[in-house]
Amino acid sequence: MDENLTGFENLVMVGRLYHLGRGHSRERARELLSSFDLSDAADRLVRTYSGGMRRRLDLAAALVARPPVLFLDEPTTGLDIRSRIALWDAIEALVSQGTTVLLTTQYLDEADRLADRIAVIDQGLVIAEGTPEDLKTQVGGERLEIHLCDSQRGEDAVAALASIASDRPFVEDGSVLVPVAERRGTIAEAVRRLDTAGIAIDDIAVRTPTLDDVFLNLTGHAAEPEAEEAGMESR
Amino acid sequence: MTALRYGISDTLVLAKRSLLRIPRQPDLLVGFTIQPILFVLLFVYVFGGAIKTPGFDYVDFLMPGIIVQSIVFGGFVTALGLSDDLKKGLMDRFRSLPMTRSAVLTGRTLGDVVTNIFQLVVMFTVGLLVGFNFSSSVGEVVAGVALLLLIGYAFSWVFAFIGLSSSSPEAANAYGFTILFPLTFVSSAFVPVESMPSWLQPIAEHNPFTTMVDAARALFLGIPAGNDVWLALVWTIAIIVLFAPLSAWRYQRVVTR
Repeated sequence: MDENLTGFENLVMVGRLYHLGRGHSRERARELLSSFDLSDAADRLVRTYSGGMRRRLDLAAALVARPPVLFLDEPTTGLDIRSRIALWDAIEALVSQGTTVLLTTQYLDEADRLADRIAVIDQGLVIAEGTPEDLKTQVGGERLEIHLCDSQRGEDAVAALASIASDRPFVEDGSVLVPVAERRGTIAEAVRRLDTAGIAIDDIAVRTPTLDDVFLNLTGHAAEPEAEEAGMESR
Repeated sequence: MTALRYGISDTLVLAKRSLLRIPRQPDLLVGFTIQPILFVLLFVYVFGGAIKTPGFDYVDFLMPGIIVQSIVFGGFVTALGLSDDLKKGLMDRFRSLPMTRSAVLTGRTLGDVVTNIFQLVVMFTVGLLVGFNFSSSVGEVVAGVALLLLIGYAFSWVFAFIGLSSSSPEAANAYGFTILFPLTFVSSAFVPVESMPSWLQPIAEHNPFTTMVDAARALFLGIPAGNDVWLALVWTIAIIVLFAPLSAWRYQRVVTR
């Protein structure tokens, strides 16, 4: 974007270069500024914009001509949390209006939130593809994660909980992990059983797999800067 | 026909853009106005007394020269602007648009014509205030102004080439001021060529700046021009014919890099 023009002037310029005509360009610029929450800053020079505002203006400029497909390369990298959420909202709104977005990101939570379909790329190769749910299912469903007051009693806990688990419970790093199929009532049931067996609980939680787990599971290492994840959305 | 219409409209959109930035970057205005004014004052009041210009008041001798120099450097914003656009990724944005490619260059150089007009007004005003007098016909003055604007336009293309060939605005600055600036001094702009050492005189005589300054002097002071005006016109057109395609070629190379 041209830093010495206002947000409005930048968008009008892009509209004019798309040959939309003067009136239509101005109208479209106003429309986009308002949908990206930049109306108040419309007449300020872009050099006074924050990083998040610039990124939103950049995205607005890409949308002047209403493209049916939009490629976004790490659109939220380096943004603060508020700007990131604002940008996510904008991207979601686009998709709901029918734009197909191909977005690359390092942030697995971003892919999880935005993508209808995800392709995981590691070292330049697609190593998995599917909906976020498909991918999470690959690493197993939800599990109970139980920290015991006495870590020596892990095997006792495994024995007590085996019948409510969908797969064999196991001990890892001092916690008992119990794969469960049905979430409803399992925490209460697990607490009752451990109580009956006289095993004291320090902490208990249901853990839903995240895409970080998927990535770790698939690659054996955490997401690295050069290992990218591509999320694809469509409508 | 539509291609031509779009070409013109794209050029105008981008010319407007490059003009809008001037009031918003006041440091650019300093380059346009304060710097040439300081030069006029320095040469008239500091060096002027020591420079002999037989047949002329030094102010009358100097003004056409210094105006040619400042109009030549008026195109410098094009070098800075293009190299800044490259650095900030704006060129990539332009490339993604269905616009006329060459408008990026024609828009800039057209914008320069407007700033050059502004600069001429400033320079002539200062000139008249320090005692410069036109001593030619209105027609010759108008022809002189037109020639100056054409010279300014030609050098906008030289600077476009410099801007597109430099890795940064700072580098563009260095190219402009180490190559072109000395050339404007080894000419008849500030001192008579006859006052230079004999080995330097042929260089100064053949320097296109000398031809251009002599042409401006002839048109503003009403002295016989000889071939100077025609030669200056030929030089100016030759520069455009050479540097416009060179810049376009550089632009293609740079954006596809």
